[in-house]
Amino acid sequence: MKQSQFEHRHQAAWKRFARQLDTLERGKANGKGCSEFAGAYRQLCQHLALARERGYSNHLVEHLQQLAMRGHQQFYRHRSHLGAQLIGFLLGGLSRLVRQEWRHVLAASLLFFGSLIGMGVLVYLVPELVYSLIGPEQVSAMEAMYDPAARRLGRFGERNAGDDWMMFGFYIMNNIGIAFQTFASGLLFGLGSLFFLLHNGLVIGALAGHLTQLGYGEPFWSFVIGHGAFELTAIALAGAAGLRLGSALLAPGRLPRGEALRLAARPAVRLVAGATLFLLIAAFIEAYWSSMTFASPTVKYLVGAGLWLLVLGYLLFAGRGQHAPD
Amino acid sequence: MLATARPLDTRFRVETPEGIDLLLRPAGLVPRALAFAIDLAIRGLALLALFFLLGALGQFGLGLGAILLFLINWWYMVLFEVLNQGRTPGKQWLGLRVIHDDGTPVGWAASLTRNLLRFVDLLPFAYALGILSCLSHPAFKRLGDIAAGTLVVYRDSATERPALPETEPLPPPFPLSQGEQRALLGFAERQEQLSAPRRAELAAILAEPLAVAPEQAEKRINRIARGLLGPT
Repeated sequence: MKQSQFEHRHQAAWKRFARQLDTLERGKANGKGCSEFAGAYRQLCQHLALARERGYSNHLVEHLQQLAMRGHQQFYRHRSHLGAQLIGFLLGGLSRLVRQEWRHVLAASLLFFGSLIGMGVLVYLVPELVYSLIGPEQVSAMEAMYDPAARRLGRFGERNAGDDWMMFGFYIMNNIGIAFQTFASGLLFGLGSLFFLLHNGLVIGALAGHLTQLGYGEPFWSFVIGHGAFELTAIALAGAAGLRLGSALLAPGRLPRGEALRLAARPAVRLVAGATLFLLIAAFIEAYWSSMTFASPTVKYLVGAGLWLLVLGYLLFAGRGQHAPD
Repeated sequence: MLATARPLDTRFRVETPEGIDLLLRPAGLVPRALAFAIDLAIRGLALLALFFLLGALGQFGLGLGAILLFLINWWYMVLFEVLNQGRTPGKQWLGLRVIHDDGTPVGWAASLTRNLLRFVDLLPFAYALGILSCLSHPAFKRLGDIAAGTLVVYRDSATERPALPETEPLPPPFPLSQGEQRALLGFAERQEQLSAPRRAELAAILAEPLAVAPEQAEKRINRIARGLLGPT
């Protein structure tokens, strides 16, 4: 068949298909119009194959190809039911994922909590060590913040209700930014995640040790224990996600490095999503509960211990023994 | 022959379940950098406007501002890419879009991955790693694109139908292969874009196999192309 006959015969169908694509791309399609879409798309693909095979002119082939590309964009999607996925993720997907990636989570946790506790004990025993990590001005700022004489606790001593909002925003921006950096720098063969895990662990540990040794232990610990459950776990999770990327690059197994990285990125980014959720919760607790002074330290310790148990219990037990993962 | 040979250009082939090949044109470093610069400028302006607006609201405004700053910094690209068919305003301006490697529209997970890993592409300064990766990858991917399995391609826009010169159709003097047939049609379709001497020069290459004088070759090719196209 000659090209012009071919065009003549199918021109109307192509125009119709293009109009349908227009409505779909503008998001204004209704159910009835879409019922014919699959058939029309497959027919167009057949026409494209024919036009290529018969050596028709470039203009026609490219025109059909554009239509096929637009049709393909409308027809095929990666599955994404955001709401249902989010709920499934919260109810057990995250904890299953953490258990599935337990090697990296364990490594990141050991690095982070290990350096935190180690540095804390060291600074408690040898107080001068804190200045090897943190400048004197910052240390004295921290000391002022947790001075038992202060009415309110946290990074900005005296505050009113508007301040709680400000702090909420500040915590979100600061902490999630740190988590994202910890994750993303894992792409440098895991070195970046290693650095951020150790650095954060050492700094937090040094401050904790220093404040406890000064006798500011009660305001400090009662402040951090509540949101620490979520915040510290989240940093460990983000670090684990970064290490996952790094290990895919260092030890790709039987896959090419690019492919191994692509496969590793999927669980890693889900871990980071989990860490982000944890940090949102932590920011909320930090702004609205940890900074309050009406609750006695004993109550705060109890609530904090409860939150730690909740997080650990969730990560260890949620999503077990149910139906197969969706 | 033409269809199977490894192409000289940078087109990226995706085979669909229907058994056809979609040809995508990945965008190189310069248009992508320009698109990023436009997005950066837009974000800068938005933040400046926010700063003045929320500054009036006091502490509450500061908190809200911090959340919005976070949203704009980390989520601007993701939200636009997923909700606006893979196009941020900068990419839209330059006619680019983000898609998965298999040609499907970019989703939440992939978009989040490629934009979070932007942090590494930025290292050690001024996008150095991203630029190196982009220049050395056959499909111009930066590190975030490699990890997320995404691709930045040009959006093709519909072209005007080129007019073939009106001449007497003529059957080809000997059977033509598919590639030869397309080459002749391509010459006839593209002649508006070529200067007259260049047309004559190109056509003269075929004077010998067509058994005509070099001056006649252009006219002869147009007639054969018209014959290949068939009656209108």
